[in-house]
Amino acid sequence: MSFLHDLMRPEMAFLRYALLVGALSSVALGIVGTMVVTRRISSLAGATSHAALGGIGAALFLQQIALPWCSPMVGAIVGAISAALVVGAVNLYAREREDTIINVVWALWMSIGLLFLNWTHGYVDWQGYLFGNILLLTQTEVYLTIGLDLLILVPMLLFYNSILTMSFDWTFAELRGVRVKVIYFSLLILTALAIVLLINVVGIILVIALLTLPAATAGSFTRHLWSMMLLSTILSGLFVVVGLIASYQFNLPSGPAIVVLASAVYLAGLGFNAWRKRC
Amino acid sequence: MSYIDQTIVELSHVSFGYEPGILTLDDVSFQIERGRSGCIVGPNGGGKSTLLRLLLGLLSPQKGELKVFGKNPSAVRQRVGYMPQYHQLDAAFPVTVLEVVLMGRMHRGFFGRYNQADHQSAKKALDDMGIGELTARSFSELSGGQRQRVLIARALASDPELLLLDEPTANIDPGAEEQFYNTLNILRQRMTVLTVSHDLGFVNREIDLVICVNRKVTIHEAAAFSAETANEVYHHQVNLIKHDHACFCNCEHRQVNPKMKEAQ
Repeated sequence: MSFLHDLMRPEMAFLRYALLVGALSSVALGIVGTMVVTRRISSLAGATSHAALGGIGAALFLQQIALPWCSPMVGAIVGAISAALVVGAVNLYAREREDTIINVVWALWMSIGLLFLNWTHGYVDWQGYLFGNILLLTQTEVYLTIGLDLLILVPMLLFYNSILTMSFDWTFAELRGVRVKVIYFSLLILTALAIVLLINVVGIILVIALLTLPAATAGSFTRHLWSMMLLSTILSGLFVVVGLIASYQFNLPSGPAIVVLASAVYLAGLGFNAWRKRC
Repeated sequence: MSYIDQTIVELSHVSFGYEPGILTLDDVSFQIERGRSGCIVGPNGGGKSTLLRLLLGLLSPQKGELKVFGKNPSAVRQRVGYMPQYHQLDAAFPVTVLEVVLMGRMHRGFFGRYNQADHQSAKKALDDMGIGELTARSFSELSGGQRQRVLIARALASDPELLLLDEPTANIDPGAEEQFYNTLNILRQRMTVLTVSHDLGFVNREIDLVICVNRKVTIHEAAAFSAETANEVYHHQVNLIKHDHACFCNCEHRQVNPKMKEAQ
């Protein structure tokens, strides 16, 4: 198989990094994706991912004029976290206008980013951010992904019962002394971080699909929160790795290849469940 | 008997409004002694849920004083069991019956696994509700009545002294409802039970107090509660028959409610 052969070639380091980051990010994807799907905050996640572009634009501009340390990654993190916290606070304190605020934040942060990109001199590969550029991954992203996985996995293992109670029944969790708001905002920050990291793999536009599809597929086959997280981690890993191999083999853009595969499996899962219920 | 005399809930001149100038509850005073159970009734929007949220310490009175077990409600939450309406919860959430009931054993500052005692309490609560065989089932595949019982078991798992039930008979079929009343009568012997209900038929049951909430709160001994009292609370003719059930005829308290009978 030419893929395996190419994978071993020294000059193909980017391919190894892409596969490694893709496989490693499945832990973050599976856990965060499950939270996004079960808490029904995928529009919040959508706003968060697009808001990252606002941060990226501002960071590129600032990097050029004054602050050399202000990398697009730093900008994306600031953009995504600020958007997640604003939308999360609105979700918590003013439910009735939630969808409006989500769309305002979504559009406003993106527009700010595009304005800054306009003022930035020279060529900016903004398409790379929208659709992902897996060729640009380096060892740094491998370490960042491992760090993010631990940042998500360790609190999840420690506070699983509190997180489960809060996700299932907010009021009851509050009555039992769970610090619901601390957990909620921590989850929002972790979701934003996961989204920023995954933008490298599939881009801003497709990150929500990769976050929600494996979890939604896993949801119809599991009856515990932890098993849903585990299965969606396995599925994410499979989708990313198989999608990357297919995109390399058939010369396809990697992001869409991964998302089409994930969608196909999700639809097949829905069909299988409908068939199983009829029997 | 000082045990009986102990006051569980005490409100004095409590007022609360969500918006300035509009009071949802206005100058509310009443108290409930240990061992007495009550039913909170009143029209929609009359303040039933607000009263419940005040008792749970989720809201604080803007005026007046509210004590549960003689303390601030948020300080005694571990002694209060609460059952929400099941349709407020996500029916598709991946969680089993046992996991839901174990949530009742959640403690402040507690993280990690539930211990052996927590599992035993959860199993006992499930058996008390007569649904021990559902332990391993997925919450999402249960019927409305079964879900309601799981949520009561969750409230019982914490060994509460005060049990607050929000619309326990809403959206469940009459058979399950009858079973529920039997369960409630057993629970009343163990703890103080306050039930929110829009169902006036509920009032005829073996309940001591009727707490009528419609901005103002009036409290009646259940034995003296009549169709006329109900009409006063609701400000219009209340059709008691509509809310009533076949099992009413078997209710021991029927004879002390002659006007209820007339309404039929």
